[in-house]
Order: sequence, then C-alpha cells, then structure tokens
Amino acid sequence: MFRFILNKLALIIPTFIGITIVAFAFVRVLPGDPILLLAGERGVDPERYQQLLVQFGYDRPIWVQYFDYLWGLFQGDFGNSISTKRPVLGEFLTLFPATLELSFFAIIFATSLGIPAGIIAAVRRGSIFDQLTMGVALTGYSMPIFWWGLLLIILFSGTLGWTPVSGRISLLYFFPAVTGFMTIDSWLSGQAGAFRSAVSHLILPTIVLGTIPLAVIARQTRSAMLEVLGEDYVRTARAKGLSPRRVIGLHALRNALIPVITTIGLQVGVLMAGAILTETIFSWPGIGKWMVDSISRRDYPVVQGGLVLIAGIVMMVNLIVDLLYGLINPRIRHQ
Amino acid sequence: MSETIAPASENARLKMLSEFWHYFSQNRGAVVGLIVFGLLVLIAIFAPLIAPHGPFEQYRDALLTPPMWQEGGSARFILGTDAVGRDILSRLIHGSRYSLFIGVVVVTIALTGGILVGLIAGYFRGWVDSTIMRVMDIILAFPSLLLALVLVAILGPGLTNAMIAIAIVLQPHFARLTRAAVLSELGREYVTSARVVGAGHLRLMFVTILPNCVAPLIVQGTLSFSTAILDAAALGFLGMGAQPPTPEWGTMLADAREFILRAWWVVTFPGIAILVTVLAINLIGDGMRDALDPKLKRS
Repeated sequence: MFRFILNKLALIIPTFIGITIVAFAFVRVLPGDPILLLAGERGVDPERYQQLLVQFGYDRPIWVQYFDYLWGLFQGDFGNSISTKRPVLGEFLTLFPATLELSFFAIIFATSLGIPAGIIAAVRRGSIFDQLTMGVALTGYSMPIFWWGLLLIILFSGTLGWTPVSGRISLLYFFPAVTGFMTIDSWLSGQAGAFRSAVSHLILPTIVLGTIPLAVIARQTRSAMLEVLGEDYVRTARAKGLSPRRVIGLHALRNALIPVITTIGLQVGVLMAGAILTETIFSWPGIGKWMVDSISRRDYPVVQGGLVLIAGIVMMVNLIVDLLYGLINPRIRHQ
Repeated sequence: MSETIAPASENARLKMLSEFWHYFSQNRGAVVGLIVFGLLVLIAIFAPLIAPHGPFEQYRDALLTPPMWQEGGSARFILGTDAVGRDILSRLIHGSRYSLFIGVVVVTIALTGGILVGLIAGYFRGWVDSTIMRVMDIILAFPSLLLALVLVAILGPGLTNAMIAIAIVLQPHFARLTRAAVLSELGREYVTSARVVGAGHLRLMFVTILPNCVAPLIVQGTLSFSTAILDAAALGFLGMGAQPPTPEWGTMLADAREFILRAWWVVTFPGIAILVTVLAINLIGDGMRDALDPKLKRS
C-alpha cells in the first residue's frame, strides 16, 4: 500500500509542476507587455518603465522568474488581482465556499437519484423503466446545461414564480459569514426566513449543475450492476435461496458500487467546468463566475492563480479517489 | 498471387461491414440517431434553399414576433423572430452548418494529433512515452471548458480559435486510447512477423498496427463530435466563440439571454437544436460502441 501511494505521488508531482508551467507561460505568451497591461490606458514613460521592469523582476532570465513564481506559490503568494488589487488567494478563499456548497448539493442530488435509478434499471433490464431511465440519462448527458438553466428559469422563476432568478440569498437578509456556506450561515443567523431563502436560491443551480453527473452516475451504476449480476458469486447467493433483496442489496450492490464511487469522484472536474456555466447563468458568486469575469476583464493574475488552484484541487481529489480505490480494491494496488 | 488475395480481403471487408450493420441496426436508438443526423446533414447542405429567410435579414416591422401557433404570431415566421427581427427558423437552419462544421474540424484535428502522439508514445516507449503522457496528464488536469476558455482568451475570441482550443483539450483522450491500443497490439505475432520481414518504423506504425486500433478511436471520435458541438456552443454562449451576428446556436442563446422572461421562443429553439443534434450523435456513439467493441459495452 505504501508503495502504491508513493507511485501515485511520483506521478502527481510532475503533473503539478507542469500545471504551474502552463499557468506561468499563459501570461507570457499573451499578446502585450505585462507592465503596459498594468499601466492601463494611461501608458507609462520609458524611465518609469525601466524602473517597474526591475521592480517586478521582469529583467531577469525567464527561468529565474519561473522559480521565483513557483517559490511564491509554495508560500501562498498567487499575486494580486489587477482590478481589485487584493491577493488572488484571498479572493479565491472567499468565493470558493459558494462553489463548494453548490457542488456539494449537486453531487448529493446526482447520487441520491442516479444510484437508485441505475440499480432499478439494471435489475429490471429491458423493462419500460429501464428504457425510459436510460433515455432520460442520455438526454441529460447531451444537455447544453447553460440552456437547461435558462429553461428552468423561464418555467420556475418566470411562469410559476416559485424560485428566485439569481444570487445566493435575498437581499433582505444580512448576516456575517461564519462558514461561507449560505445554508449553514443563514441557519445560524436565526433570522426568520433566511434559511428558506438560501435553500430556494440553491434549488435551480443544484439541478442544473447536477444534471450531467446524474446522467453519468445512473448509466455507470446500471452497467456496473449488470456486470456484477452476471458473476458466479451472485448466482451462488441466489442458489443458496437468499431473497432477491438480500442478493441485490448485499452481494451485488457492494461490488457494483466500487466503480461507481470512482465515477462520482471523477465528477469533480465536470463540476468545475459546469460551475463556470451554472454560476454565470444564476449570478452565483463562486469561482466559476470569478474566472469568467476575470477572463473578460483581462485580469491575468487572477486567471493564472485560478488555473493553478482549480487544477490543483481537481488533481488532489482525483488522487484521493485513486487512493481510496486502491484501498477498497486490492486488485488495483498490485497491478 | 496478389490477384487472389485482393478479392478475398474485399470480401472480408464487406463481411465486416455487414456484421457491423447487423449489430448496429439492432440498437433502435442508434438507428433513430443516425436518421436524425442524416436529416441534419441534409439541412446543413441545403440550408440556403430550405431557409425561408436570410439568416441576417432584419424585419424591423416584426421584432420579437412569437411563433406562428401563438397569439400574435404569423405564418411568415414559423418559429418567431428575435429582438432585431431576424427569422429564428432560418437562423437555426443556417446554424446547423456551423455546428456540423465545428464537429468535423475539431474531431479531425484532435484525432490526427492524438493518433500521431499516441502512436509515437506507444511505439517507442521509454522517455518519449513518459514525456508525452505527462503532457497529456497536464492537459487533462484542467477542467476542459476552463482550459478552452483560457486558450481562447490567449488566442482571441472567435470561432476558429474556439475550435483550435477545443481540439487541444480533446486531443489527449485520443492519444491515450491510441497508446493503449498500440501497447496491446505491439506484442502480437503479426507485428513481430512484419518486423522480421523487414518493415520499417513508419510502416509498422501506420500500416501494420494502426488499422487494428481503429475501433475504439471511431467510438471516441463520435462521442467527441458531440462534445465539440456542446463546448463550442458553451464558448459562444460565454461570448468567447463565434461572434454575433453569426447564427451559431450558442451565440444565438447568448444574444437571447436578456429576453428570457419576455420572449421564451428566442431562448427555447436554439437550445432544442443543440440538444437534438448532440443527442442524435450520442445515440450513434452508443450504438457504435456496442457494435464495434463489446469489451467497452457499458449501456
């Protein structure tokens, strides 16, 4: 097991270094000089330009600059935003809970519907329910989620007036952020109606962000279940005279869930990409919207820092999933 | 001697094709997908003939006209008009050209790049392999849409750059598949015998090994076709893909955003077009996977 962990770590370090190189190179290959970019439209005179060149260290060899940048990253220095002048890491940490909260509910939504649907579809293979579920799943998988979000807004916010159109909570409520999770903070605030408002703001974004993971999980659960149901040990369990519920719930499900858990873990990348679109549609103040806004504002330090942080998180979660997979399934470990 | 071999291999190919069709046609969804996709191709080819109006033509007297079956709609504009009086149906019909074009270009670039890189990595192994695969890992570490967005920000917004960005992001999937297939084929006897007979590296890579790795690549290519259309529409929606007034479906949705609570039809129809296209291609992809590669059978 120890060697397995070491192997995984040995693979992940060069990848992370590569990510930092990509992010570092990103600002360098952009058209335009970084100092002229900082100076903005006012411009800068040649003398001041030289001064700034030295001050920011742009006069040094490129690899020295890179190692300087890397050293800064390890000390938590991701640079400052051009538009707000605040540290990128600080902004990221303020906004990340909003994305985390949304992703958390989206994955809960996706698993709590997707796993049961997949199991029933597999057990009743070929039935109307199976065909219907898989049809819906493929439709969900093919869904342009930005359009799906707009459609839900038209129906539930426009026509029916059930849910709010955008944001995390009604402007009527104000309370200090304790955890950054609006559902918890509104609960803690004790203000009447605050929690309700936070939940109602979450419903549509959760559905939109959870749609593709839901489709993937339902399909994966069904196929994993079908595979396991054909195994000898399931037949043995049936032959022993165990009840179908016990055979499916105990013998089949446990083994079928191993690949499903991996699939759920690997949805993190999908969620991050989905968050970009979902947060833009619902004006959800998370890191997805932050990245889109920064790209259109040409706030390159934010884009650079955001890339490293987001890719780093996706990589860490994938590593944890890999390790957990190795822990549950010894066959992987010894390959 | 070659005369006797040629018809035999022709027969074998025909037999393979008919076998493929046998399995593919058993999947009802896949056949429906194929029919829908065929219709889309026809619509794209004959767009100027089918479309009742020009895609850029503005009817100032008919701004935001609802679809014909709704009160206030007219048969002149079957699916209604947008905020500057352009016929939505005509724009959707012309938009099909963009979507199919995007799919073809992106998959061609990603497939060619991925096959080359994957073949080299799998064939030569060693440091070449590990360097290439680490670079692929790095690309895959970024959420695809985010990386595509950033690449477009570097290259400049526009349809061409969006297609390049999406192709770069999709390419590692092909590289990984090709490499894995090459590795499993490399030890087979037919490869050894070709090598013994004196085939060079290029011949071994492209003529001996590659044709035997095609099945998973076709499946992945089909699925990437739909991903490309979805991602290009998403980039268009975020203002980073095709620029207005191009009748690209995602860009149309971006234009329509401000009217969502006033004019549902401006938002609804471009999305249905994207969904139907992507769904049809995914149905075909599922059918192909089942028919070509029973090992990959998932659904």
